[in-house]
Amino acid sequence: MSSNVGRRTFLKTTAAAVLAATESGSNLQAVNAQTIAKASSAAPTRLTVNGNDLTVDLDSRTTLLDALREHLQLTGTKKGCDQGQCGACTVLVEGRRINSCLTLAVMHDGQAITTIEGLGTPDKLHPLQRAFVAHDGFQCGYCTPGQIMSAAGVLDEVSRGVPSHVTRDLTAAVRLNDTELRERMSGNICRCAAYPNIVAAIRDVAGYRA
Amino acid sequence: MRAFTYERATSPADAAEAVVRKPGAKFIAGGTNLLDLMKLQIETPTHLVDVNRLGLDAIEPTPEGGLRIGALVRNTDLASDARVRKDYAVLSRALLSGASGQLRNKATTAGNLLQRTRCPYFYETALPCNKRAPGSGCAAIGGLTRNHAVLGASDACIATHPSDMAVAMRVLDATIETVSPDGTRRAIPIADLHRLPGNEPQNDTTLSMGELIVSVTLPRPIGGVHVYRKVRDRASYAFATVSIAAVLVFDRDRVVRGRLAFGGVAHKPWRVEAAEAEVGRGAEAVAEVVLSGATTTEHNAFKLPLVRRTLAATMTDAAKG
Repeated sequence: MSSNVGRRTFLKTTAAAVLAATESGSNLQAVNAQTIAKASSAAPTRLTVNGNDLTVDLDSRTTLLDALREHLQLTGTKKGCDQGQCGACTVLVEGRRINSCLTLAVMHDGQAITTIEGLGTPDKLHPLQRAFVAHDGFQCGYCTPGQIMSAAGVLDEVSRGVPSHVTRDLTAAVRLNDTELRERMSGNICRCAAYPNIVAAIRDVAGYRA
Repeated sequence: MRAFTYERATSPADAAEAVVRKPGAKFIAGGTNLLDLMKLQIETPTHLVDVNRLGLDAIEPTPEGGLRIGALVRNTDLASDARVRKDYAVLSRALLSGASGQLRNKATTAGNLLQRTRCPYFYETALPCNKRAPGSGCAAIGGLTRNHAVLGASDACIATHPSDMAVAMRVLDATIETVSPDGTRRAIPIADLHRLPGNEPQNDTTLSMGELIVSVTLPRPIGGVHVYRKVRDRASYAFATVSIAAVLVFDRDRVVRGRLAFGGVAHKPWRVEAAEAEVGRGAEAVAEVVLSGATTTEHNAFKLPLVRRTLAATMTDAAKG
């Protein structure tokens, strides 16, 4: 790849090529999807996503992750393993971090969802987003939205006094350190192993010293 | 995932009734285990009854001095509760050693009790499994059995129960309260909730069709030093190879009595009350009784010395306070 082609441009071009390559099968898939939707569609689901009240008509099988990505075009939230092991799909529901791949959108009717798109914007980054950039807390970037949403959840949990497996004294106030952070972030996998920089980024925002 | 219809239940009794009304119906709460299994078509419910809006999310003191935990209390909230941290620390510790932060925020108390085995042969639909497809056989027997049961297994199933929380609740003598479709309520000692596989490994528990867990009650605090020690293949976010929930009472540095339950070794949390009479004689004496009748394979024979050593470490740790 020449140096003047950015990673994002490269990804977009590749994605377009993949779409073109599979287009021959897309009509059949569309028909199947329609038939299935009729067989099992639930009542319209109301979600407040990043402050916007939305109503979506979904097949009851639609996970919150697929609702965000495929129906609301919020593709910042990533699908990694689709079974709750990698954390790439982490979003906040009513302020708490969960794996959006392991829950149905219909189960969250009337609830508030925050995705990476709602945390900050390119013009006004969230402190965690800024810290991930400053500390180079990623390489390929695929796990990054999940890492950042999970980190936002962790900081909130610590502020509410939620203990962890490595908290020595369950009756004392919870204080964040690198050991605590690593344990609390264990539900987010980074295949590039950018962990030292991810920890540094979150530490920066949490405001403690290593 | 197979297609299913969906409804949101409005009361526990309605939920229980809704599940028996439609063949193939199931409850869904946190969904972190059920949806994973549905994607793989290991579970194929035709109808889901969502119990998430039933309330049942409070932790309240009981007149007897214990705690009643609503079935929908999330694992994070139960582990974080100040009363649990102070008086039932083994339960907080067990919860915090399980899964990830995201999963603990979603997973419920009742759902944790009812989670299915992580036996890889249960997960592989191309292979026989008596738990997934009754009568089809057990592909684990003769297969790779490093993580399988060494106690209480049968010729039909050698799977283990994956919960950490349930092991702690077993040592605390928790009681499970349920409501049935006809509205009747009953209380089940946790010792009687989970089954050994026998010839019906498809039945993980003694619950009837449509019977809904509404709460779990802990008796009044029993004091002692609370320890949950979990041995696993990585430091975080992994199921137990062997785990021990212990509540031990000391006279200075001598253990005078205690309760012990073991995870990762059987189809249910494993507790042998007779072994607890031996705590004063040390870990070896206790392990001797706990492990009597153990059967191992070449892959999981390591679990017996691992139980002995983990128990010795647990008792040593507890003595330090």
